[in-house]
Amino acid sequence: MAVMTMRDALNLALAEELARDPSVFLMGEEVAEYQGAYKVTRGLLEKFGPKRVIDTPITELGFAGLGVGAAMAGLRPIIEFMTFNFSILATDQIINSAAKMLYMSGGQFKIPIVFRGPGGSAYQVSSQHSQAIESWYAYFPGLKVVMPSTPADAKGLLKSAIRDDDPVIFIEQERMYGMKDEVPEDEDFTIPLGVADVKREGTDATIVARSLMVPTALKAAEELEKEGISCEVIDPRTIRPLDIETIVASVRKTNRAVIAEESHPFASVGAEISAEIMEQAFDFLDAPVKRVSGVDVPMPYAKNLEQLAIPDVAQLVAAVKEVSYK
Amino acid sequence: MSNQSSEQSDQSKHASDSPVSVLDPPKTSTQSSEITEDRETLIEILRQMVLIRRFEEKCAESYSLGKIGGFCHLYIGQEAVGVGAISALREDDYVLTSYREHGQAIAKGISPDAVMAELYGKAGGSSRGKGGSMHIFDKELNFLGGHGIVGGQIPLATGVAFASKYQETDRVTLCFFGEAAVNQGAFHESLNMAQLWKLPCIYICENNMYGMGTSLERAMSLQNVAQKACAYEIASEFVDGMDVLKMRQAVERAVKRAREESLPTLLEARTYRYMGHSMSDPGNYRTRAEIEKYQERDPIKLFVDALKTNGVIGDDDLAQIEAQVKKDVEQSVRFAEESPLPDESELYTNVYANPL
Repeated sequence: MAVMTMRDALNLALAEELARDPSVFLMGEEVAEYQGAYKVTRGLLEKFGPKRVIDTPITELGFAGLGVGAAMAGLRPIIEFMTFNFSILATDQIINSAAKMLYMSGGQFKIPIVFRGPGGSAYQVSSQHSQAIESWYAYFPGLKVVMPSTPADAKGLLKSAIRDDDPVIFIEQERMYGMKDEVPEDEDFTIPLGVADVKREGTDATIVARSLMVPTALKAAEELEKEGISCEVIDPRTIRPLDIETIVASVRKTNRAVIAEESHPFASVGAEISAEIMEQAFDFLDAPVKRVSGVDVPMPYAKNLEQLAIPDVAQLVAAVKEVSYK
Repeated sequence: MSNQSSEQSDQSKHASDSPVSVLDPPKTSTQSSEITEDRETLIEILRQMVLIRRFEEKCAESYSLGKIGGFCHLYIGQEAVGVGAISALREDDYVLTSYREHGQAIAKGISPDAVMAELYGKAGGSSRGKGGSMHIFDKELNFLGGHGIVGGQIPLATGVAFASKYQETDRVTLCFFGEAAVNQGAFHESLNMAQLWKLPCIYICENNMYGMGTSLERAMSLQNVAQKACAYEIASEFVDGMDVLKMRQAVERAVKRAREESLPTLLEARTYRYMGHSMSDPGNYRTRAEIEKYQERDPIKLFVDALKTNGVIGDDDLAQIEAQVKKDVEQSVRFAEESPLPDESELYTNVYANPL
């Protein structure tokens, strides 16, 4: 084990997989000579050369589609979006090409590709550069969607995503790149996709949280512990396919559920989880499922307004108390 | 290849002047002196064109009978483009195209049986009934679809060419699209990357003068598509898309450039579709007279005339081809009729290669 940042854990995963499989290449804006807009790809050009680590023009639809075509012809592309905000330009190729190619070709063309980069809220960059769009991608059968919340998960999940034969949307959290924790250095360390992780065990209420909301939920759980409420924190890690069994098992034990997410509440992943809990654990619930989401407005710039737009520890504490009738 | 062709290739590094009006079809046709292919090749080219024509006519009939569902875009009138271009490829070269792809699929070697069964939504179809008319695929034959979003196949083809270069093979990728796709960002983004990274991709714009019901004049500010290549320093040529040998020879030049120098080419093939955009198109945006004017330069008629003038075929040969093609098309319908529906369990297969 070594202690490293989420940024370096991702970098290590990329380096190990580029070294492991010559059909893996990395492409995106500023990934090579600039060393990555967020330095996740630092040093990779030097290690693997310009054939494997490729700077692109600012042409998201073009290089996303190029990646899908390269995957059809047997390569395993990693396409970096400088941020997932810019993936919006590439959605035709992600949704209409990558997600559906295997199905509409009757099983002939698998698309082993990873689209990765930072997503979710960022620091004071206003509406177009700070948003959570995982529910868009999670909507489509054919895509897998992954959101790590710790450096170790980031490494293990990214390695699995690169080795997976399906298109994977891998959303890192811009605010979490500097987060430090222990990371296994073993090159064979991977974490399977589609498996949730119990980040904290508890008995009185379940908090389902992903990405940036995981550390927030863990802090809320600490505070609630002081008040005698024991929270279980579940991180699905993979949004699609969703490990609903682990979530439902926890709710059946605690009888209370709070779902925390950065994204807008309408048609969100939290809405889906809430519906699943209702369908599968209705009789076990002692209170309605409570969702704590980002507010339903475009992200503002002003620091005080921005803070109000994203769920915080106090809101989670209040939500758990609400479902606990305390 | 004749000297004239080589000279033309050099001249056409940047596109020459081409007709721009809908009512101004190209006037030149293959002269007998320009036929350099052997008889077997010529007859195979003719057979494919006639097969595609009759196959598409049968599709129209089956569609009217309700045997084929959804959208069905026919290739009648454009046969010379697909057949001529694909005849210049090796088997291991790739083809990607739009939703008007039955003809190109057959030219790449997919059996009419598998194409027809796909249109019928049957298990024996090339995509096992899951793709339909717009999504024909055959991995073994390097036919990589059949794509339904206008221009969507252009970045994909660029990526396939990228892979060939990455894998250090000399395989070439052919990408077909209509002129309406040229107005999409995907076209411009792809051509920029293809020349920037020197990718062995041949972009063939099939300019049939209409994007659905909107004429070229109403949709494109600069109507000379080949000329747009100069924005990306890509070699380009204007080709008479009604002349199958001119088409083949232009693609041969582009293939040489792709295979030997790993460079892209943009070809604009001026052609015309006789049928509607799809089977549901009443065609009120053009006159009968306009269609007939183009039919005077029908690609099959032009080719048959050239072959007869050159003494390559006689009336008997043509009758023999027609008879064989008729059998092949009837057989494809029989195969499609008899092929079972996909098993209901197929609804859930092929969503993921690694279901978790």
